[in-house]
Amino acid sequence: MPDSHSKLDPVVDWPEQIFARFQQFDLRHVVYVPDAGHSRLIQLAQQCDSMTTVALTSEEEGIAYLAGAWLGGERGVLLMQSSGVGNCINLLSLQVSIKFPLLMLVTMRGQWAEFNPWQVPMGQATDAALQLMDVLTWQADRAADVDALLQGAATMAFEGDASCALLLGQRLIGEKRWNK
Amino acid sequence: MSARVPLQRREVVASLLTERDDWLVVSGLGSPTYDVAAAGDHEQNFYLWGAMGGAAMIGFGLASAQPKKSVVVITGDGEMLMGMGSLASIGIARPPNLTIIVLDNEHYAETGMQASHTGVGVDLVAVAAACGFEQSCAVADMPGVLALRESITARNGLCFASVKIDTQPVERVLPTRDGIYNKNRFRAALGLLPG
Repeated sequence: MPDSHSKLDPVVDWPEQIFARFQQFDLRHVVYVPDAGHSRLIQLAQQCDSMTTVALTSEEEGIAYLAGAWLGGERGVLLMQSSGVGNCINLLSLQVSIKFPLLMLVTMRGQWAEFNPWQVPMGQATDAALQLMDVLTWQADRAADVDALLQGAATMAFEGDASCALLLGQRLIGEKRWNK
Repeated sequence: MSARVPLQRREVVASLLTERDDWLVVSGLGSPTYDVAAAGDHEQNFYLWGAMGGAAMIGFGLASAQPKKSVVVITGDGEMLMGMGSLASIGIARPPNLTIIVLDNEHYAETGMQASHTGVGVDLVAVAAACGFEQSCAVADMPGVLALRESITARNGLCFASVKIDTQPVERVLPTRDGIYNKNRFRAALGLLPG
């Protein structure tokens, strides 16, 4: 019998679905500050010939990079953990000022069964911080919802030159075990 | 040897951008944006009025998407210091068509001439070299500026240059502040649709 901390709907391969959507939307640049919840997706992007992966030292670099790629005619996506959203605030003004399609995938910490209390302040503020800077947000807590929410977010980003963030909830990703 | 006459920012930028060929130019907020505008408005200029610390990464993304064009970021020492981590991100990727030029007056000119870190020991040329830039140089005279211009056109490797300039105030030359217009004009020059 699964314990109460297990992932919801673990049978759905949501990282693979995300990657398929990246290909469908012709994303050429996958830029990231690593997080455990994004590890499989980063691997898939690195193995893909049509995608350039860029490792960032801080998340706001990714917003500037994606603006430049869009000026040059190409689409991309920024992957980060919720703590990184706080690093992005001022650079999000670039999207408001020039209106380029900005798609972000945020793996959540500090939200559910969090063993590290230092993750809680930014995790709890993530959604509000994004909305303060005109970012549209959705949260997926069930694997079965990830693909449809991403499809919607990507559509509104790339068809509407909007800032769109899909938050991947901590129940989706699974509890981080401090002793592993 | 005679004392070197400090370079003047407008002369440096004007010299760099004459015969600019097909370059794509990104300017950092404040004086570098005015300097690039003063050298002549151009549809392949992207002027920043904010997003401090982001100029180098905008250039990096642009260089990745437009690998056949020379991409030149012209920014200030304060703006570059705020985005110093981006030198590490760029250094490991080494886009060969990207040049980052810091107009380094060792001060925050836009906010009242407070001293910046570059005047008291921080060496951005050494930082860029340590981050893996294939070329990283200090430019102190006009022959150096001309050599930099040739290097940009040749696109022979990721390049960082710090050009030490004086702190003489110059007239503000203000380009468009309409970021959406600037974006669409820039994209149109590359044959891209508005958006």
